[in-house]
Amino acid sequence: MPSFLTALKSQVGRKILTGITGIGLIIFVILHLAGNLTLFGDYQAFNVYTYTLESLGWILYILEAGLAICFLLHAYIGISIWWNRRKNRPEGYEKYQTKGGPSHNTWASRSMALTGVVILVFLVIHLANFKFADTNMITLPNGETGRNLKAVVMESFQNPWYAFGYSFVLVLLGLHLKHGFWSAFTSLTMKHKKYSAIIYGIGIIFAILIAIGFLFIPLYIYFTGGQGALIAY
Amino acid sequence: MAEEFTINLKIWRQAGPDQPGKLVDYTLDTVNEHMSFLEMLDVLNEKILNEGGDPIEFDYDCREGICGSCDLMIDGRAHGPKAMTCSCQLHMRNYNDGDTITVEPFRARAFPVIKDLVVDRSAFDRIIEAGGYVSIKTGSAPDANSIPVDKQVADTAFDYATCIGCGACVAACPNSSASLFTGAKLAHLNRLPQGEPERKKRTVAMVEQMEEEGFGDCSNFAECEAVCPKGISISAIAEMRRNYMKAALAGDEA
Ligand code: FES
Repeated sequence: MPSFLTALKSQVGRKILTGITGIGLIIFVILHLAGNLTLFGDYQAFNVYTYTLESLGWILYILEAGLAICFLLHAYIGISIWWNRRKNRPEGYEKYQTKGGPSHNTWASRSMALTGVVILVFLVIHLANFKFADTNMITLPNGETGRNLKAVVMESFQNPWYAFGYSFVLVLLGLHLKHGFWSAFTSLTMKHKKYSAIIYGIGIIFAILIAIGFLFIPLYIYFTGGQGALIAY
Repeated sequence: MAEEFTINLKIWRQAGPDQPGKLVDYTLDTVNEHMSFLEMLDVLNEKILNEGGDPIEFDYDCREGICGSCDLMIDGRAHGPKAMTCSCQLHMRNYNDGDTITVEPFRARAFPVIKDLVVDRSAFDRIIEAGGYVSIKTGSAPDANSIPVDKQVADTAFDYATCIGCGACVAACPNSSASLFTGAKLAHLNRLPQGEPERKKRTVAMVEQMEEEGFGDCSNFAECEAVCPKGISISAIAEMRRNYMKAALAGDEA
């Protein structure tokens, strides 16, 4: 019998790891969006949220380390699958198309590596621009002094490059999730005559909701010039 | 006599392994709707022979959809446009006068081209040799009835046993994965009482062999299920993953 580590390195194990890390990242994306929605709360809600998050201290570091592992492992396996794909069919077809029916073979599913890499590059820029941004300090309602990240968000998204670049990447994230959601469960061996179709359907709805949720914020700020009635600023 | 019509073909010609190949244009004006795709190729070959050319090599045996040798990538789909149909069961009535059809071999590193449209699928044989069997004598036909098998289990095992090992799953998979083939064989043998005792050993051996042969990862495209002439479900792949990880976690314990 293979050792557990050998099993994890096999084709089967790699898919299991992709599925587990994928579900971890799905949970992160949900929480991230929920956090973003505090922008629509009162004037300081977003800054209070980020302040609370940052004051979690070592708990936050552990969560961030877990998240980083999920990202890196997921990306590493995904890129190696793409690499193997090229290696395992050295001569491609002159003509190739899907047979439809039960197939989930679409541009979105075939381009998981591409959309994934774009998201990864975006992530680096995104962290530099927001998480590690230079911010002014502001007095929060509870009397503490915190970073005024809301100002960073409001200003960044009035820049068309950032607003539309961000929106474009989030559309790609939606496409990645369209296949990824269902695929993660299937990789974790949850394949069922009836339930799999339901999981696929939920995945599509989830992907659309996530994309809309993330897209709305930059586009709203851009088109209202940061003066929109929905966001107190 | 059915009316004859004309079909244009672009067929992959390759003199031998590791030789460069290319699509060659042919026109056949004596096609009729009752011909199978292979019969159409037979007629084309006769024409090529009469003109002193080298006939197109393609594989077949039964011509009734049960042997799995008629491997053709027809217009970019394994076994052509129809679901649950082998190339030999595809009839020319599915095409119209003047259509152009591209025919290529099944392509994968693990399925090297021998000549024209014929590929070497012995990698599948080696996956079977690794564990696709039952090591005990199961007796002769009447003995099969002496071990009670739940009707549902027997039916499901039979569904997976319908795999004819044609390799369409590999050909159609963007990753050239053989997971559906391997998964189907495992799902068939592992769930029957005669095969169950060797479940772990078999699963590990066949999964490892599959990887060693150079087949790719499964990304859950399910294109294999769409092209499978027997309509085998990718549930087989989920089951293979489950059994493989269970075997690794259990270690040598029975
Ligand atoms: S020739 Fe036997 S299955 Fe087509």
